[in-house]
Amino acid sequence: MLIRIAPPAASVDLPSAITPASSYLNRRQLIARSVAAGVLGSGLSAAWAQATPAPTVAPGKLPALANKRSNLEGTLATDVPTAYTYASTYNNFYEFGTDKSEPARNAHTMKTKPWTLEIEGLVKKPMRLGLEEVMKLGAMEERIYRMRCVEGWSMVIPWIGFSLSTLIKHADPLGSAKFIEFVTLADPKTMPNVGSRVLDWPYTEGLRMDEAMHPLTLLTFGMYGEILPNQNGAPIRLNVPWKYGFKNAKSIVKIRFTEKQPATAWNKAAANEYGFYSNVNPNVDHPRWSQATERRIGEDGLFNKKRKTLMFNGYEAQVASLYSGMDLSKNF
Amino acid sequence: MNWRTPLLSPWAKPFVWFVLTLPAVWLIYAAFNDLLGANPAEALTRSTGDWTLRGLCMVLAITPLRELTATPALLRFRRSFGVTTFVYACLHMLCYAWFDQGFALDDIWQDILKRPFIWLGFGGLVCMLPLALTSFNTAIRYLGVRRWQILHRLVYAVAVLAVLHFFWMRAGKNDFVEVAVYAAVLGALLAWRAWKAIQSR
Repeated sequence: MLIRIAPPAASVDLPSAITPASSYLNRRQLIARSVAAGVLGSGLSAAWAQATPAPTVAPGKLPALANKRSNLEGTLATDVPTAYTYASTYNNFYEFGTDKSEPARNAHTMKTKPWTLEIEGLVKKPMRLGLEEVMKLGAMEERIYRMRCVEGWSMVIPWIGFSLSTLIKHADPLGSAKFIEFVTLADPKTMPNVGSRVLDWPYTEGLRMDEAMHPLTLLTFGMYGEILPNQNGAPIRLNVPWKYGFKNAKSIVKIRFTEKQPATAWNKAAANEYGFYSNVNPNVDHPRWSQATERRIGEDGLFNKKRKTLMFNGYEAQVASLYSGMDLSKNF
Repeated sequence: MNWRTPLLSPWAKPFVWFVLTLPAVWLIYAAFNDLLGANPAEALTRSTGDWTLRGLCMVLAITPLRELTATPALLRFRRSFGVTTFVYACLHMLCYAWFDQGFALDDIWQDILKRPFIWLGFGGLVCMLPLALTSFNTAIRYLGVRRWQILHRLVYAVAVLAVLHFFWMRAGKNDFVEVAVYAAVLGALLAWRAWKAIQSR
């Protein structure tokens, strides 16, 4: 009776077989969840139970993406991964609507095949790469990252991809390149909210070159053993786990190397609220709310106190040196 | 049968009360049955805020509707709308204090002082308090109708504060469509009153 979380039979030949839910969860959590599920039954919900017995495996509707677990330090968070349903239905992807339930409903219209990634700006040779070419540049690794949204909630997601540095080395930037800008898809035909004036489309993001070259910065193609669902930024997105989620550009079509700090979408919209760096920092409040705490989606029940947000989202050991000597309350 | 007849039925008021509590009943049911999606805390806080705004629109629509349609019976329901709006505002504050702040009173107080967006909302709730406390017939008799009416004009301030609170909350998302709808409805209802006041001079 204890082990009630059996993966669905269909998932045996799916990517979840590579990384079964049981390896995401440690034994104690599994037992605690099973007991909670058994004691509380189905009548009581996530609102009451501290841990929901929602599956952390993908439903198997998208193609699998073969991968190996990363062995890089800091890439396998020991936190409980968020249920796939939550990670794929609670999204900020404004091109498909500003409500977090809209991307999952609307993003199916986006065409991710064929997909071309342009590399331009301060590089020896600008290039256009097909998605398949990009994906062949590095070995696919699974990395379990915490993702902290600037709005005060967080998830834990097993992503698949390789370090962005692999692509940057392939692109061979000039010595004068100090920043890297990410331009994302803005197709008014397939993205219903691109006509709105909410943001200055296309959505752009940027990193300083040393941030972009940091091994934790992940060029991402999949999650939960499968290719990315559209609403999560298929077919190519970024994950910079020590920064607020909006820094992770989705559905990237162009990468540009620049000498000057590039303009970024949210910074243009509200410079006092969203800085260029946007490192997760519990000591620097957003003007309208505190960033000291966060709610872990699916894990922290309604009546649990929010958990403390960690400096650099818990990646301080790996990335703090990038910012030594910088005033992080000014460079927020 | 005149269409106004049901308004005078003894069942009309209980029915209105019943309908007005439905959103709250649904939210509580949904919270217990995991129907509020990935972030139930956010869903509850936002929904109770939305229902407060809707309640304000409805309660402020009663007087104009009553005069424009010559239906004095509508007045019977004003208190039901007003009191339930106050209840939704209290639930909204409760969601914030409980789910967002974990009832840390010191943190809540600091948050109210520090953030205009929060104190606008809190100010709106504070303005509603004397209105809720004087919503009984005895209070009307005690204050006298004239003074009671003047006091209850505070609801206009509540409407303005509520819209500003919502505006500020959405400003970060740069998404003003819904704000514009509530601002237009409440603005029109207040403008109608201003126009009547000028006319009656």
